[in-house]
Amino acid sequence: MSDTNDTQERVTTIIVDLLGVEEEQVVPAARFREDLEADSLDLVELIMAFEEEFDGEISDEEAQKITTVGEAVTYINERMRS
Amino acid sequence: MKLLEGKKALIFGIANKNSIAWGIAQALHEHGAEIGLSYAIPQLEKRVSPLAEQLGVTFVEMCDVSSDEQIEATFAKAAEHFGEIDILVHAIGFAPREELDGRYVDTSREGFKIALDISAYSFVALSREAAKLMPNGGSILTLTYYGAEKVVPHYNVMGVAKAALEASTRYLAADLGPDGIRVNAISAGPIKTLAAAGIAGFRKMLTYTADRTPLRRNVDQDEVGQTALWLCSDLSSGVTGEIVHVDAGYNILGMSEPPEKWE
Repeated sequence: MSDTNDTQERVTTIIVDLLGVEEEQVVPAARFREDLEADSLDLVELIMAFEEEFDGEISDEEAQKITTVGEAVTYINERMRS
Repeated sequence: MKLLEGKKALIFGIANKNSIAWGIAQALHEHGAEIGLSYAIPQLEKRVSPLAEQLGVTFVEMCDVSSDEQIEATFAKAAEHFGEIDILVHAIGFAPREELDGRYVDTSREGFKIALDISAYSFVALSREAAKLMPNGGSILTLTYYGAEKVVPHYNVMGVAKAALEASTRYLAADLGPDGIRVNAISAGPIKTLAAAGIAGFRKMLTYTADRTPLRRNVDQDEVGQTALWLCSDLSSGVTGEIVHVDAGYNILGMSEPPEKWE
């Protein structure tokens, strides 16, 4: 399994668990706020969970640029898993 | 042996399962205390409700502690629900996010006011109301951090607010002692909570301290809960006005770099 697929899977698990959405909804284009109905605290919890799972830090500035599932996966692969 | 059988505890400042307040709630509940929970803002309800259910807690109230009216209303409900209480836990702290980055010297007047009001004055206000429900004495507890004693980067105005909170702990202990009410604080090491996520570079703080504490690790919510249990029970009947460090020993260090790192 490639790292990208593995990241996608782990990110999906976290999102399903935290936001209580269906796995099918967690597609790369899904927007956290609009499509997955995350509020601002959900977003903080998501970032914390990503940091925990992938063992790194995501700054506020960077976190604000992560608005979709796909952007989260890309960020994690490029910045936290290299 | 259960240490808090028949005791009633009101815990302010729960946000989610990572909250220190949740660690304390579980520890007190395990020892027989009946628990009431309070949270700050509407968005927390969906996070707090399942936790309350887990402990069979039926008193769950939202309370904005910057409002005297809301504090009064919450304690009126608590009086109705519990009659008297034995324990108050204050696990509340807040500063505007922009104050928890950069330099302390740049703190705004408004940011300073908010941080001191919500993080320190609320302890005075809650203690005053709680004391009215403690005719047979009780135990009051708050949560502080080492940033009150020494400079911790980015903690800024929260450190100053925590210093006010620690001083308040002593003044309240002196005021309420004659009524058999003890007032103490736990100074916990850094723990990743929702609130801590607002501190710039918090993850760095966690690894920094874990590498240096005498125990070579950080502490968790359950360990704070165990010390809270001690401070809320009769095991600590002779202790008041104290700041107890639950920080894996970090505060005792004069040189933070452990010898194995010396070259």
